[in-house]
Amino acid sequence: MSWWTRISNAVFGERLNHEIDEELQSHIEEAIAVGRDPKEVQRAFGSTLRAREASYRIRTTGWLESIVSDISFGWRQLCRNKLASAAAVISLALGIGSCVAAFRLIDALLWRPLPISGSSKLYVLSHRMIGFDGKPLEDSHWSTPEFNAMRDTVKEQADLIAISDADRTDIAWSTDDDMEKAHVVYVSGNMFPLFFPQGLEPALGRLLTPSDDRGPGLNPFAVLSWDYWNQRFGRDPHVLGRSIHIGDQTFEIIGVGPRDFTGTEKGTVTDIFVPLNMNRLASEASWNWHRMFLMLKPNVNPATDLEPLRQHLSAVSHAFQVECSTCFRGMTQTNIDRFLNQTLVFNAAGAGISELQSDYRRLLGILGLLVALVLLIACVNVANMMTAQAAGRAHEMALRVSIGAGRRRLVQLILAQSALLAVLASVLGAIFAAWSAPFVLGLINPPDNPARLDLPADWRVLLFGFGLIILVVLLLGLLPALRASAVRPVAALKGGEDPHSPRRLMRGAIGLQVAFCFLVLFLSSLFVTSFQRLQNRPLGFSTDRLLLIETVAGKGQLPIVWNQTAEALRAAPGVDSVAISGWPLLGRIRINSDISINGAPPSPTPAWFMNVSPGWLSTMKISLVSGSDFRPEDTSPGAAIVNETFVKTFFAGQDPIGRTFERGANQPLYKIVGVTHDVPYNDLREPNSAVFYVPFDEIDDKSTPKVVDFATFAIHTNAQNPLILANSLRQLIAQRHNGLRVSNITTQLELLRDQTIRERLIAMLAGFFAVVALLLAGIGLYAVLNYSVLQRRREIGIRMAIGSTRAGIVRIVTFDVFVVVALGGCAGVALGFGAARYVESLFYQVKATDADMLGLPTCAILLTALVATLPPMLRALRIDPTEILRTD
Amino acid sequence: MAKTDSLQGSLDLLVLKILSRRPRLHGYAIMTAIANNSGEVLRAEEGSLYPALYRMEEAGWIRAEWIKKDTGRRARVYELTAAGKKQLGAEESRWQSVSVAINRVLREA
Repeated sequence: MSWWTRISNAVFGERLNHEIDEELQSHIEEAIAVGRDPKEVQRAFGSTLRAREASYRIRTTGWLESIVSDISFGWRQLCRNKLASAAAVISLALGIGSCVAAFRLIDALLWRPLPISGSSKLYVLSHRMIGFDGKPLEDSHWSTPEFNAMRDTVKEQADLIAISDADRTDIAWSTDDDMEKAHVVYVSGNMFPLFFPQGLEPALGRLLTPSDDRGPGLNPFAVLSWDYWNQRFGRDPHVLGRSIHIGDQTFEIIGVGPRDFTGTEKGTVTDIFVPLNMNRLASEASWNWHRMFLMLKPNVNPATDLEPLRQHLSAVSHAFQVECSTCFRGMTQTNIDRFLNQTLVFNAAGAGISELQSDYRRLLGILGLLVALVLLIACVNVANMMTAQAAGRAHEMALRVSIGAGRRRLVQLILAQSALLAVLASVLGAIFAAWSAPFVLGLINPPDNPARLDLPADWRVLLFGFGLIILVVLLLGLLPALRASAVRPVAALKGGEDPHSPRRLMRGAIGLQVAFCFLVLFLSSLFVTSFQRLQNRPLGFSTDRLLLIETVAGKGQLPIVWNQTAEALRAAPGVDSVAISGWPLLGRIRINSDISINGAPPSPTPAWFMNVSPGWLSTMKISLVSGSDFRPEDTSPGAAIVNETFVKTFFAGQDPIGRTFERGANQPLYKIVGVTHDVPYNDLREPNSAVFYVPFDEIDDKSTPKVVDFATFAIHTNAQNPLILANSLRQLIAQRHNGLRVSNITTQLELLRDQTIRERLIAMLAGFFAVVALLLAGIGLYAVLNYSVLQRRREIGIRMAIGSTRAGIVRIVTFDVFVVVALGGCAGVALGFGAARYVESLFYQVKATDADMLGLPTCAILLTALVATLPPMLRALRIDPTEILRTD
Repeated sequence: MAKTDSLQGSLDLLVLKILSRRPRLHGYAIMTAIANNSGEVLRAEEGSLYPALYRMEEAGWIRAEWIKKDTGRRARVYELTAAGKKQLGAEESRWQSVSVAINRVLREA
């Protein structure tokens, strides 16, 4: 008999009974037909019921049959208490769903190997050194000449691959077209052959090979990623041979990459791959601009050969840097020494490498911890519910044991019920996870560069989900099951064993729950406060109604062209004022410069700078402390405006107006004409640093104006939402046909919001889980107290009868629960301090030891405990002693 | 397992043997065949025949199928599987050796 028949026999027991009856009936009829006495035939069969029973047993699998009956019994148990069961299922579903969603995100971003061959033998090379701010620094960007030197020396053991970051780049499909954005990556010619050896064909055309990467500007070929080909071109095969314009270069499309490959930068989908040597930076020894990967040859053993390889490469790299004549031009000796004193490190890169990974690793770790805690809290709740039920069924269990039920069977009975809960919850949870993982990913959404990550629901996720269900079943069922099976029938049937033992167990569970809940609340209050402080940080400038138009000019345009365009924008309707800066505040660009005062050697700390036009300060509403704004005739070098930190750092706080500084030794002089308040330059989280502003109009050493190839118009509008002017202003710039092209339009408010995306995300998630945890803990506390009052009804009645006061009753009902809550809280504080140390880097101006960080969660838990204990307390006080004593 | 009165331990052998000669018999026919072929000496009781059939079906020695009888009622008919044939061989040789042994005991005691 096949497995399937046996299983279906077990599930459809009724049908099986019918079949057996039918066969036996047919037998009896045959017998009667040949003339046997009906009665005698019946007797020969004995009891039909017994015959059927005997036959039935054989045709089903015993254990399966018993599981089916246990599950149906468990289902009836759940149905008996619909509200409690629904609450249990929903809270478990939330826990399981959140865990699976968190796993999907963590796995997709940090663990899942890239869809390439040999991902386990892929490493990324970085320099580890001390940054000029004195903090340790790890950077994995290298210059192409250094890459070439290193590549040639390790040919025998490993291949080195250069891959640039996926930058959002302006591209155009013909010289007249509007520009659009695409993620362009420069790769060394060996990347595709190494990642996709024979058998992994390009989707279309051919891929880049080493012969496409021979020298600067020689091979203007581009390969599209499958994803880009699909989204931008609807998989049009005629895309081969088309031209792409990037800057002033023109590339020919020669192929489309393999379907799943979206580059090595997790979180960003690469659109276009072009040869490394097509980038002009490839010939500059002092520009570290691309990453360097190392793929071991098949015959190399990572365990033993990696360290010699690292030392060898480290020596080559050091020798290269010492030799390099252009690398340290203008740097102070301290900085050169600091730079040369670096270590080369290998990091496994099989799962790709990206900024998103390093930015969100800790956040995802915390998310994992939060969801695990919420699941544990939910499990404790449900386990408590089941313990209470099991205690209520102690009589039944004792009866079962005394009429011969095996202990194993009892454990199975309870595990079946918890499995039923877990399976129901995981179905709901799967739906929740399917929705929530992409939702959370969607919140990592800088307006022009949202994170994109493949979140497949494949065997990895299924396996995790399955493991989680097993864990939940065991957590829920094992304790109640073992308790139930250890029941001693005589004691239970006599009127109960030690009545306190299930309560002790449940109280322990409550303590655990409070500890977890405190941890969740503690972390969330830290994150929420961090976010609030970051968001409310004084800016020193106004983001209100500020539109930013990032504009490029292919080969550069003279400042006069830019100023005329600004003049034209000023005349447009809805525009209040217009100014130009090299790049926006809080944007992605930041550039520093050495500062030297009175011809002295440059100070160890450089200062940030920015080119701004006259009127930029007033457009941004940045106020001057002293001095004045630039005049239209001011040029750079020439005049400068500095911020207060600059004055503190370089002029010891003395009035700097009229004094001068140089950008490095023996450079032209800048005369300070004004001092402004500090404003955050590039990163909201960092403390204020020294910043100086120079005029937008730059001149060279012969006093002729220099061309500018990119700048940002800052436009103060009179519209509440400045973006409604975006289209008309974009057209206005395009119609002037003066070589300026709009690259991107955004608002200062969006750039500000960008700065806090990670903090907002973790604050939101932590806040959500804090509410859930508090709610679950409250329900758990209520349920346990309620159960305890019900169970101690008789005791309370007697106490009342012999004259206990109301306060006395309240005390005996709630005292030990509050002791447990206090103990749990203390454990939570300890856990909280431990966890907070791990995530300190995510905090902004908060410390785990701040009094209000501890006070907030404590108050929340106490309040919840109070609310949760109130109904059971009232119930205890309403107990009528006469009634209790009469019924017993 | 239910008791087999006159067929202690050998019901399986008889059922397999009968099914090997005449495939597709239903329970009643198997019972009558045992009676007829043994000259009415051996009787398989209904109460033990069916459990035995189901057990052998589960063991995979025989397989069953519902057919429609002339009377319109359904009947469940059984036939030997390949595993059943092998089992029959094994049971037969076991029976042979047991009966030889028993005879020897009877002779010499």
